[in-house]
Amino acid sequence: MPLLKLTIDNIEVEVEQGTTIMNAARKIGGHVVPPAMCYYSKLEGSGGKCRTCLVKVSQGSFKDNRPMPKLVASCRTLVQDGMVVQNTISPEVIENRRAITEFLLLNHPLDCPVCDQAGECHLQDLSYQNGLEETNTDEARRTFAPIDIGDLIKLNMNRCILCYRCVMVADQITDSRVHGVLGRGDHSEISTLIQNAVDNDFSGNMIDVCPVGALTDKTFRFKSRVWFTRPFDAHRECAKCCGKTVLWMKGEEILRVTGRKDKYGELEEFICNDCRFVFKQPKDWTIEGPRKIERHSVISQNHYEKLDKDENEDKNVE
Amino acid sequence: MAKKILLDNIDVPGLASFEVYKQLGGYSAVEKALKNLSPDQVTGEVTKSGLRGRGGAGFPTGMKWGFIDKKSNNPRYFVCNFDESEPGTFKDRHIGQLNPHLLIEGMILGAYALGARTSFIYIRGELFYVLKIIEKAIAEAYKNGILGENILGSGYSLDLYCQPGAGAYICGEETALLESLEGKRGNPRIKPPFPAVVGLYGCPTVVNNVETIAAIPWIINNGYEAYSSIGIGNSKGTKLISACGHINKPGVYEIELGLPVQEFIYSDEYCGGIRNGNELKAVVAGGSSVPILPAELILRTTTGEPRLMSYESLSEGGFQSGSMLGSGGFIVMDHTTCIVKNLLTFARFYHHESCGQCSPCREGTGWMEKILHRIESGRGSMKDIDLLVNISKHIEGNTICPLGDAAAWPVASAIRHFRAEFEEHVKLQKCPF
Repeated sequence: MPLLKLTIDNIEVEVEQGTTIMNAARKIGGHVVPPAMCYYSKLEGSGGKCRTCLVKVSQGSFKDNRPMPKLVASCRTLVQDGMVVQNTISPEVIENRRAITEFLLLNHPLDCPVCDQAGECHLQDLSYQNGLEETNTDEARRTFAPIDIGDLIKLNMNRCILCYRCVMVADQITDSRVHGVLGRGDHSEISTLIQNAVDNDFSGNMIDVCPVGALTDKTFRFKSRVWFTRPFDAHRECAKCCGKTVLWMKGEEILRVTGRKDKYGELEEFICNDCRFVFKQPKDWTIEGPRKIERHSVISQNHYEKLDKDENEDKNVE
Repeated sequence: MAKKILLDNIDVPGLASFEVYKQLGGYSAVEKALKNLSPDQVTGEVTKSGLRGRGGAGFPTGMKWGFIDKKSNNPRYFVCNFDESEPGTFKDRHIGQLNPHLLIEGMILGAYALGARTSFIYIRGELFYVLKIIEKAIAEAYKNGILGENILGSGYSLDLYCQPGAGAYICGEETALLESLEGKRGNPRIKPPFPAVVGLYGCPTVVNNVETIAAIPWIINNGYEAYSSIGIGNSKGTKLISACGHINKPGVYEIELGLPVQEFIYSDEYCGGIRNGNELKAVVAGGSSVPILPAELILRTTTGEPRLMSYESLSEGGFQSGSMLGSGGFIVMDHTTCIVKNLLTFARFYHHESCGQCSPCREGTGWMEKILHRIESGRGSMKDIDLLVNISKHIEGNTICPLGDAAAWPVASAIRHFRAEFEEHVKLQKCPF
């Protein structure tokens, strides 16, 4: 199959047939990558819902050079040969992204100071980049009481942006799904039917895929702000999963265990609940070394690192 | 008298029974098609008749049938969209309740043309009594050899089922309808792929509105030329209009497309004028989703031409000064109506019916309702009016399915044409009506 050519923000890239605009942008990397609140490359059928990744297609293809009439969801639109995409260079896209951010925050409690997700929250990042400085609304927000779905996961529905990722994890990674979306519109909620408990070996991954603080780890609840913990890559022999994790430590104590996330905040591999919740002693793990964290992240705050020798040399050249 | 195609015998007692329908010449189109016409010929007749989708979008029916994936080895499905739930629209119920065999006959013809062996009528759950009528009619059709194996000895077999929904407006969107029919949560699918390629159970599927399907038997019986000679421009045939609101004679009327709006509202054959001799204020011409028009713009276009009941004439002027024919839910308001209150009712409906899948519609519909409620109850500010315009602009076109547009258009158009009334609410800090 010949490769397809497209340009995103005037940067040319070649991708294989069947690639989405989002993944083509990720191939380029950097600022041209649209934000994604619901798309998750490891979950089949995800994306298309949050509308933060909408981009403008100013030329459909070489064959049909008309622009697409509406903004399209880059995570679900396939690349055509000769497509011209505008992301950050289109004022229309930026304006809409600002509006979508406003919509997502409309019913969000903004309780970051007491939310365990703060510091690694995608909605925080999105509103930092695209949010308004002032609020347009003084409407009452929808509220739900936080509930326990099983022993290990806390559901705080007020924070949920209904990305459906946790539903897809339950469908695709675990052997049965006992939770889902109930109701519709802005009164719909993620819940289990009649206080059913989410209880299976891979349910903990729902915490990792949640872009906000709606699903949090009960074993880590209120223990520490994430940026006061130090992440280490570690592994153990595990019969159920790959056993490759990140340990979030304070001194010698392991406060929580998560899967390893790439720069888009997506898990590299899903891990089992034993690795995540049971083995919390340093002796259970082979520690590989400090986890590289994106420098822009809040978590890298106060973690000064010596720059690599190569990077130093680059600096000198500049 | 205008030509009657769908409501020709609607007043005949017992029309819902097989015997009466058959006596009046029913099922002759099925006989004609299965014995003398190939499936492609049936499609050809429908294409050439110029019949357009009556559910609201007005897409040419024959063309929609032509998109079905012929290369696929999967079975094909023909589905009838009976999830009529748009406020102001009650035309499909009229057919289903009084003339169910007409719908069944149309279903057989459509399924035959598309090569489907199984067909579904997806009916709105609230219309349970209509479901009972249709199920009885289906049973009669089976008994008389019109449905089932080897219909009328032609070798063609078809099974027809009627499935009720659970009462969601969103399931009138065709992909949400298919999801619901499959037994899932009725969330619209992200397109492409379109149902003609990946539809019900992943197979090629065509979904048509009740009224569209009900027009097919007449086209087969009388030929496409007879049908396309009715109407005006690209709006061929007749259309059911469910007229309601402040008129003297609310009800379901069959009109030839191209009828002047003036005549429709004021003639005794149709709406019979405004109640109590009141003054016409505004009309929502095609169900709650379409833009509202003030009296001067619904009766005449900006160029001074009389406005006609047709797809083209009603949309003339775009969204600045036009509207849409939509599903034919004709809501008339006289000068005693508060536009803000009316809009609040619509906004509440869309807030309630948004599926909640994509964020602009989920959050925006609720937000608009809250702001409108504030303005109507006398607590609004001038800033709120601009905010409403902004929100509707940010919902429109950014959603997965057209429900977002349907929620945004009424708000945008009401403020465009009746801004002074919104401002009056704010100035008086109460509803002036």
